[in-house]
Amino acid sequence: MSQHTLSVLVENKPSVLARVSSLLARRGFNIHSMAVGPTAEEGMSRMTIVVDAPEMEQVKKQLHKLVNVVRIMELDPAESLEREIMLIRVSAIPGKRGEILEIGTIFKAIPIDVGPISIAFSVNGEPRKINDFVELVRPYGIVELVKSGRVAMARDVKGRKLKAVG
Amino acid sequence: MSTMTGAQALITALEHEGVEVIFGVPGGAILPAYDPILDSPIRHILARHEQGAGHMAEGYAWATGRVGVTMVTSGPAATNLVTPLADALVDSVPIVAITGQVPTHAVGNDAFQEAYTTGITMPATKHNYFVTDPRDIPDVVHEAFHIAATGRPGPVLVDLPKDVLNADLVWHNPVKLNLPGYRPTVDAHPRPIKEAMKLIEAAKRPVLYVGGGIIKASAHEELLRFAEATQIPVVTTLMGRGAIPDVHPLALGMPGMHGNYTAVTAMQKSDLLVAIGVRFDDRVTGNPDTFAPGAKVIHADVDPAEIGKVRVPEVPIVGDARRVLQQLLAKWDDQKNADRKEWLDTVHAWQRDFPLHYDQQPDGPIKPQYVVEELYRLAGPDTIVVSGVGQHQMWASQYWKFTEPRKWINSGGLGTMGFAVPAAIGAKAGRPDQLVYAIDGDGCFQMTPQELITASVEGIPIKVAVLNNGAHGMVKQWQNLFYGGRLSAVDLGRDVPDYVKLAEAMGCVGLRAETPDEVGPTIEKSLAIDDRPVVVEFVTDSEEMVFPMVPAGGSNDDIILRREDLP
Repeated sequence: MSQHTLSVLVENKPSVLARVSSLLARRGFNIHSMAVGPTAEEGMSRMTIVVDAPEMEQVKKQLHKLVNVVRIMELDPAESLEREIMLIRVSAIPGKRGEILEIGTIFKAIPIDVGPISIAFSVNGEPRKINDFVELVRPYGIVELVKSGRVAMARDVKGRKLKAVG
Repeated sequence: MSTMTGAQALITALEHEGVEVIFGVPGGAILPAYDPILDSPIRHILARHEQGAGHMAEGYAWATGRVGVTMVTSGPAATNLVTPLADALVDSVPIVAITGQVPTHAVGNDAFQEAYTTGITMPATKHNYFVTDPRDIPDVVHEAFHIAATGRPGPVLVDLPKDVLNADLVWHNPVKLNLPGYRPTVDAHPRPIKEAMKLIEAAKRPVLYVGGGIIKASAHEELLRFAEATQIPVVTTLMGRGAIPDVHPLALGMPGMHGNYTAVTAMQKSDLLVAIGVRFDDRVTGNPDTFAPGAKVIHADVDPAEIGKVRVPEVPIVGDARRVLQQLLAKWDDQKNADRKEWLDTVHAWQRDFPLHYDQQPDGPIKPQYVVEELYRLAGPDTIVVSGVGQHQMWASQYWKFTEPRKWINSGGLGTMGFAVPAAIGAKAGRPDQLVYAIDGDGCFQMTPQELITASVEGIPIKVAVLNNGAHGMVKQWQNLFYGGRLSAVDLGRDVPDYVKLAEAMGCVGLRAETPDEVGPTIEKSLAIDDRPVVVEFVTDSEEMVFPMVPAGGSNDDIILRREDLP
């Protein structure tokens, strides 16, 4: 089982999300994350789907058969930009607050809510950076954590060939 | 510009698509749509069960090549349609299903006869629509027919809430299709065509492996010309029977689990499979690792998702089967000497040495294969043959000699028992000039016999041969072969129902043949009746098994030719 990142251009219509996720569900593939939003092109949305799957070739072709799916690319992590936003509330008793804020500074995490016993940060960046931050604050106690899901696009590399279907 | 209700717009849109017949069952949510039918030239055939209506639409589409239409109400009616939709999806049958839905304000509230139809049918359709604005009806219906009929054909469902059917709109002729994500490839790219020709010219033992794609694309004439030009023998899958006349010297018949020795072995020994409109189904390949081990593969299909799914081809070609064959033919140089004599001699020797085999004793029980052969002899190759799923289906496919496309209708991919009777009705409704003979098993027949009432009442005189072996024969065969003869839940009994009385009760003629010498005369009697449907029960040998056979998942090299050869 390996992780695959798909960038899927779809028509912005009801039930498109269900059609896409149902196709992945049929095979028992787990959707690690999915982020959807409108694009610059009117009537179109882009989904960034991170899937745990043994292989994606057949599924990509089947996804492309969906009438509302316009284009699919599988993004190679080495040649793509990936970003994620995380909101995380860390337990911060008075004596520990300084240490936690210091870690936050290193990671450019923005404290967005400071309470008597906890601090909430907004962190954005590459998924690995976000995961590193989580591990560093874990010992203090994580009260709540929410992630946006990954968004990704291909890098502008000279001679780059995107794996495109259709 | 005329104002009309959504229901009127629906029927107008169907007329616009050239629909001549709807197979349906009315009900609460679809009520508005049943009123304008009264004023429409479209014929409505009232099925007795929604599953029957769906299979009728499929049979119509199979026989005519046109889009079949079924219309039913919401909730249980829509769920009853799921089987025909799934059947049509895997067998690439173009149908449009119209379903009523509870009013939009009640949707999602567990209203009476509410089911989440588009959700339930999402994986059973090529595409579906939930219409919330009556003004969308003309365009949605037009899109639905376009999607059903083009590319790889399939079922499309349109779900219409009752208030949408009742609301007013101003009719407009459908505008240009706006389907940015749906652009099926028709013409193949020239490069793989060129590569394919190189392989074809170099091959010593090529086989054309063709299926339903040839029938769907009406590519049979091109196939015949290509096979004759290149002298490549042709195997036709269960879905592709009739793609080339079985009586043609290059025709090898059906491959696969119950294929004949020559078709199976030619593929195993082949050095090149020219696969067109096929999907390397497990019932054809057996164990894919041992399937045609020495063959390079050219795979042409209109559906790119089928290419490389089971076997990675040396040359993938995306395109419509007819266009691909035309493109291949255009590249074929007649001066090139297609010397396949040695290969064809080998293949013909197999045909001579390993023919299909059964043994009809004059005083023994009726062999089902004998019934099929007698039907073929007496009804003739012009008959449309319709079957369900199981032993009878295999015998029909093995022993009938198909000479044209669209003369063989069955449930291939999904394997839907109960398909034959309603599909035969749909076929006969679409081709009233044709003799339509269903060859069914007793297990299958008992799943949808009530549609014979539809046939009687609507004046659709189909004929149904019931091969009655008193069992779920194929399941029994597997229990005999793979479960040590421990028969579990396969006995249907021979005597109940009384098929003759059952037929008569439904307004049909009922006939019965119990001995081999009665088979021919009973068939002749059935052929003489054309004012009513006829059901003919053939009491057949309950121990007969389908051979040849490749056990599921086994290697095609280990084909078992007859019962005596069982390990």
